[in-house]
Amino acid sequence: MYQFEYHRATSVEDALAKLKKASDGKLVAGGMTLIPTMKQRLAQPSDLIDLGGLKDLRGIKVEGGKVVIGAMTRHFDVANSADVKKAIPALAVLAGGIGDPMVRYRGTIGGSIANSDPSADYPAAVLGLGATIKTNKREIAADSYFKGLFETALEAGEMITAVSFPVAKRAGYMKFPQPASRYAMVGVFVADTGSGIRVGVTGAGPCAFRAKDIEAALAKSFTPDAAGTVKIASKGLNSDIHGSAEYRAHLVSVMAKRAVAQALGG
Amino acid sequence: MKVSMTVNGKPASAEVEARTLLVEYLREHLRLTGTHVGCDTTQCGACTVHINGDAVKSCTIFAVQCEGANVLTIEGLAKDGKLHPMQESFKENHGLQCGFCTPGMVMAGIDIRRRHKNPTEETVRHELEGNICRCTGYHNIVKAILTAKM
Ligand SMILES: Cc1cc2nc3c(=O)[nH]c(=O)nc-3n(C[C@H](O)[C@H](O)[C@H](O)COP(=O)(O)OP(=O)(O)OC[C@H]3O[C@@H](n4cnc5c(N)ncnc54)[C@H](O)[C@@H]3O)c2cc1C
Ligand code: FES
Ligand code: FES
Repeated sequence: MYQFEYHRATSVEDALAKLKKASDGKLVAGGMTLIPTMKQRLAQPSDLIDLGGLKDLRGIKVEGGKVVIGAMTRHFDVANSADVKKAIPALAVLAGGIGDPMVRYRGTIGGSIANSDPSADYPAAVLGLGATIKTNKREIAADSYFKGLFETALEAGEMITAVSFPVAKRAGYMKFPQPASRYAMVGVFVADTGSGIRVGVTGAGPCAFRAKDIEAALAKSFTPDAAGTVKIASKGLNSDIHGSAEYRAHLVSVMAKRAVAQALGG
Repeated sequence: MKVSMTVNGKPASAEVEARTLLVEYLREHLRLTGTHVGCDTTQCGACTVHINGDAVKSCTIFAVQCEGANVLTIEGLAKDGKLHPMQESFKENHGLQCGFCTPGMVMAGIDIRRRHKNPTEETVRHELEGNICRCTGYHNIVKAILTAKM
């Protein structure tokens, strides 16, 4: 691994000031993506600014029909939160299915959403529930957040502080895990929200996206079969040794079908 | 950088490079070589230790991030010459062959049983997602975790 300077942030302002001062600095949250990348020498930050001490960014609040999760909240905490289980059970299911127990003790929601891995789980929920990404300077709507492969609306020197998920009437999340890594080959988050049906898909494309055809079908009939019979076009979808674009397109409908069944309590 | 933490109940401090991983610190500075490195990709769990009570992969956290932390490794489990019940159970159930994955399995097993008092076999198998064993086929590892007297 390349050398770097290590700094402990004492506040959001302090983290951003240290980031600005560094020639090529990076924030480190749980390190579950960044450290493996650095070990492989795929990243070479000059400075690491550790957010580990920022207690204010950790925690879950349910208020005004929203579940607000601090950026440094770990997958373990979301998966086991009584509040999340009550308000949006599918979100707790999602967090509990990320990686393995040791990864969930370290990995954070802020790190996952900032990184926007094409097969990460949280992005499906961000789009499916129509969440709002709160940063040090603004609020970003889910629909304008994911821009492409590892590309988001975040600007240089911008930091996620929290993610706010509107509570849905009912919601479900189902993923087909890649057999070795357990990342989502395809993951689908279906939600019947106050403002209609939303379906967020991860794993299938360069970044998470909404499956509008499935949304339309579910608006007419919120049943597993309505979702399962929608044919998804494979054009532009991911294709690798684990599965072709056609296979992933098929999985989107199948996972949507199962997610609806879960939302209906099945 | 200077880093200080408690390892197996004893204070430890040293001057390390920022890029020193916790597992390197444990193995190379403190000579606690019970914690193993089986992969370079955060997948195998051979390096699992407890940090402030949570099971963590020590190959994917820097020593400097553990400033002030309470770290427990496989060497810290036995008390007064008596094995920890999880170690005892691995011995009783023949939960190991080559032993490479074992320190991580034991540390993960303790964490699993802390969170699930009376787990089912299915739960234990799911919870072992992050620990790879290339010898045993897991069967006796699962049995050891299920039946440990803790
Ligand atoms: C073995 C293994 C299996 C995994 N399986 C899954 C899986 O099944 N599903 C899944 O979704 N993920 C999986 N992950 C990834 C895991 O969820 C990570 O925790 C997550 O992707 C990144 O979170 P982190 O807190 O570790 O971020 P870090 O690695 O610390 O940071 C990631 C990136 O985000 C930036 N960043 C961090 N916090 C912020 C912030 N608040 N604001 C702005 N930028 C920030 C960092 O600078 C860095 O570029 C797995 C990881 C491992 C090692
Ligand atoms: S050595 Fe840490 S997970 Fe393999
Ligand atoms: S006993 Fe050999 S790797 Fe598990």
